[in-house]
This record gives sequence, C-alpha cells and structure tokens, in this order.
Amino acid sequence: MQNDFRSIKIDSEKCQGRMACMRICPTQAIRVKNRKAILINEKCIDCGMCVRVCPNNAVIPKTSSFSDFSKFKYTIALPSPVLYSQFKVEITPSLILNAFKKIGFDDAYDVACASEAVSIAIQEFLDTNFTHQPYISPFCPVIVRLVQIRYPNLLEQLIPIDSPMEIAAREAKNLKMKETGLSAKDIGVIYITPCPAKMIAIKNPPRKKYSFVDGAISIAEIYPNLIQALTKSNDDGSKSEIKGIGLGWPMLGGQVSTLKAHDTIAIAGILEVIRIFEEIENGKLKNIKYIECHSCNTACVGGSLNIENPYIARNRVIKMLEKYGNTPCQDRNYIKNLIQKNFFSLPGKIPPTPIAPIDSDISQALKKIQEKANIYEKLPKIDCGACGSPDCNTFSEDVITNNAELDDCVFIALKKFDNATVKSSDIIKKHLNKIYKNFDN
Amino acid sequence: MNEFFSQTYEIKGKDFQNAGKVSTGIKTLLKQLGIKPEIIRKVAIACYEAEMNIVMYAKTGTMKLDIDTKKIKITVLDQGPGIQDIDLAMKEGYSTATPEMREMGFGAGMGLPNIKKNSDEFKIESSIGEGTKLEITIFIN
Repeated sequence: MQNDFRSIKIDSEKCQGRMACMRICPTQAIRVKNRKAILINEKCIDCGMCVRVCPNNAVIPKTSSFSDFSKFKYTIALPSPVLYSQFKVEITPSLILNAFKKIGFDDAYDVACASEAVSIAIQEFLDTNFTHQPYISPFCPVIVRLVQIRYPNLLEQLIPIDSPMEIAAREAKNLKMKETGLSAKDIGVIYITPCPAKMIAIKNPPRKKYSFVDGAISIAEIYPNLIQALTKSNDDGSKSEIKGIGLGWPMLGGQVSTLKAHDTIAIAGILEVIRIFEEIENGKLKNIKYIECHSCNTACVGGSLNIENPYIARNRVIKMLEKYGNTPCQDRNYIKNLIQKNFFSLPGKIPPTPIAPIDSDISQALKKIQEKANIYEKLPKIDCGACGSPDCNTFSEDVITNNAELDDCVFIALKKFDNATVKSSDIIKKHLNKIYKNFDN
Repeated sequence: MNEFFSQTYEIKGKDFQNAGKVSTGIKTLLKQLGIKPEIIRKVAIACYEAEMNIVMYAKTGTMKLDIDTKKIKITVLDQGPGIQDIDLAMKEGYSTATPEMREMGFGAGMGLPNIKKNSDEFKIESSIGEGTKLEITIFIN
C-alpha cells in the first residue's frame, strides 16, 4: 500500500505562484509560499482541477513514461473507453485498438466490454444487498479517496466490485499468457488514461494488494502517435467491432443507464458529489439504491488528460451507443455464472485515511479550535489568498497549526502600522517584506 | 484543565436553500477535532433533523453547540408553533408535515424519534405558540 502516493506533483521551476490551483482546489490542499505552490499530500484527492487551471502547466500528472515498460517482453495497451470518443466517429474503436500495434505495443485490449460485465455484476449486487443503501460507485479513484479522507462513515457504501479496468487487465494478461507462454511479469498492461487519478487505482487499488495494470500513459500523450498511425496506414481488420452498453460508461449516466433499478442517480463534479455525501452522512437518500459519482464535471469524457472538448466527446459516445449499444458483448448467463464464482466482487475493507485532527489530544484540540475561531474573527473574510492560504478560514487553521503566521495576512500586517508610531521604519520594513514575499519575482 | 468549545448558529425558517448548512459546519468542526466517525454520524443525523424541523416549522431558531472533552451537547431553540402532544410527536411515523414538505422528501414522521435514537441523552420541552427546546447530548467516548 502506498497511501501517500499522489498522482500529481508541482514543478517548482515552472510554478510562478499564480495561485489558480490554490483557489480551485476543492479540499484546500495547496498553499503558496514564496511564490511557489506546495501540495499537502494528505489533503489532496487527486481530482486534477489544479492540472486544468495552472497557467504555467506546472502541475504535472505522474503518469508513467514509455521507458518504464522496456522491462516487459510483451505490452498490451488497455485504453479507457474515453479514448474512443477522442476521434471523429468514422474512426471506430476497433480501428483505434488496431492502431496501437503500429505505435510500439504488441496488442490492445478493449475495456468497454468489461464495463458491460461490471454493469451486470452491479445489478446483481443491488438486487441482493440493501443494508448500506445508497451504494456508491467506486470506479472514479477520486471518489474513493474523498470518502477515505472526509467521509469514513460512507466507506461501507462503496460497492465492493472491481473496476472494468482491473477486470479487463486481468483478462488481457491471462489471455496473453496462454497465447505467448510468457509469465505474468513479462507482460505489461498499460492503461491509456483520461485522468491522473487512475494512477492511484493502479498504485493503491481499493480492497486489493496489487493492480493487474502496470502503468498508465495519458490520452493526450499517446494521441499524436495514434492519429498518425490511424491516418497513415490501412487497418489489418484483425479486430471485430466493439459493441455493447459498456461504451456509454465514460459519460455521466453511463453506469446507471445500464441498470434496471430506477432508484439510481448519477452525479458529476466534485462539489456536487460533496453535497450529496453530506446528505448521505445526515442519514438521507436511503431510498436510493445506487449513486454513480464522477469527480470531473462532465464525467470521464471531461478528464484533465483528454484532447477533445468534453461535450463533443459526449456526443460521440451517444452516437456510438446508438450504433453499437444495443448489441450485448457479454452473455448474461455466463456473467451471472462468473458472479457466483466471485469473479467481480472484492473482499476486504477500504481503510479510512482521515486528515490528522487539529491536535491528537481532545483537550488541546478544543483549545485550538477556539483559538482558530478567534483568529478567524479578526480576518477580513474576503478570501483574497494573498497570505498563501486559499481562504480566511483555512488561513486561521494554518495559523494555529503553525503553518502560517498571523502577519502573513496583509490586512493584519497593515493594521500594525497604526500602532507603529515612533521609530517605525524597522517594523514597516519587516511587514512590507512579509507582504511582498508573495508578490515579488 | 477542562477545555470546551461553544458556538451558536442561527437558522431561518422556510430557508430551504440554506437548509443543512449548519449541520455541515458542525460536522466539519467535529472532523477537525478528530471525533470518531461513528459519533459524527450520530451528531450529523440529530443536527440535520433538528435543523430541518426549524426550517420547516419555525419562524427562526438557534442551534447551540457545546463540546467538552467528554460530550457534545446541542441545544436547539426555536420560535415556532410548539408541539401539541409531545408523546405523539415522538412516535415513529407521526407527522404534521404539509403536502409541500412531503413533496420535498420530509414528513415521514422520523424526525424527532430519529434525533432521540441518535442521542445518548435527550430532553424536549415545548409550549404552544412559543416554541420548542431540544437538548441533545452525545458522549464522545
């Protein structure tokens, strides 16, 4: 378990401390000190909002590099079905899969079909389990992480079913082991990912010791090679067309639309997800069976490492579903048989990883929380961020946990000038330095 | 040294847009204090139901949070219609919710019983035409 692994890092060379990341972070996990952004690992949920907004591209997704895969004798690309929506509709999923063989992979394997199988497994689960309703989809790694750090009460509501990525990776690996006679360690399965967060699911898969996926390359990174391969050469026709409802999974509602239960909802956008989790924690929504949750505002087609506009990509998913969605790629009875054999279910629990309390001693914590409230009252409450904390509330917390000084607030510092009457030049100089350290280049 | 923390929150009647915000604020605070998740769940449900009762029935109200090293106490005071028959109101399934409230998913008659169920100590006083006072205590250990 590498719980402290985060899927993004800040390149301090590129970072100019412009605070866009700090302001947008939904869990207040970024501070800016001396014009450099600092990521607080334990608060980060890997949502990738910072990746999107950084004006200097200084927030780097920690996906794999191609050289990581040189150790494998055989490599399989495992593209997220989102990839299918990044090309115009004439370029079908089978063409895309075949193109991987022209850009250095030995083969490619579809995930959408595994999504259909997982849909069937979810339905079976919902038909027989009611205790922890509403159940929550665990397929967006950001959602799992959010529950782990902020909503430990909801951990049992994360449905214990493995992700399509894992199911497909396991199948692909087994298939190729039989075909090639190679051992598991010689076959590399490389996910082609729409977001950095999938790296979390690979490094630290929920309820599992290890992932069947060996690494991930972003859609954005592989796109130029793919488009070149797709336009240059003819397809060898070795793959039949991908079909089934699993093709719809990348868009909002893609999961719930495959379920027969009408008591389901689909939510996209981390702030909306947080609002719903608050309600569930308050004991509400017990009549809902399943909640499909996505961190990104437009679900997976809106992942931060995609190329295409999410709304255009979504339209393509709908077109693909119209064309191929009605033909099942899985035999329902065969899948039900696999469900009986626990092919999809995951044993074990997901551990909570709460953010450390303000103090481990309750007596001290109470004292500090009162101090925090007192500090907050003194602040201007305009959330300007000039102190290097994202808002006044977070700043007051940073002060009592010794991660900031009260004078870092420009308004508090300026007030001191009123009191500094005589021989004030040193005091003024000291505070001006403090104020300007976040602005000087 | 017996440390404590105290804060009072205002809740407006009929303000459905902001309904639930006080409970969310209290939860956030308890998480920062490192209170156990199972205790937070009890507080969350009790606070939310109490908050919704004010929003639905009262003109205005306050929720006072008192935390010390042993317990969390929530005192809910409202200026509302008061409760005619407290014994009846404490029964599961009994509700005076209007059709509009039911339309919004409330009025299952679980509010007060749910608060009591999630409290370790629970007191209720009410006078007709004046308002209702709840005292909810949940022990930390």
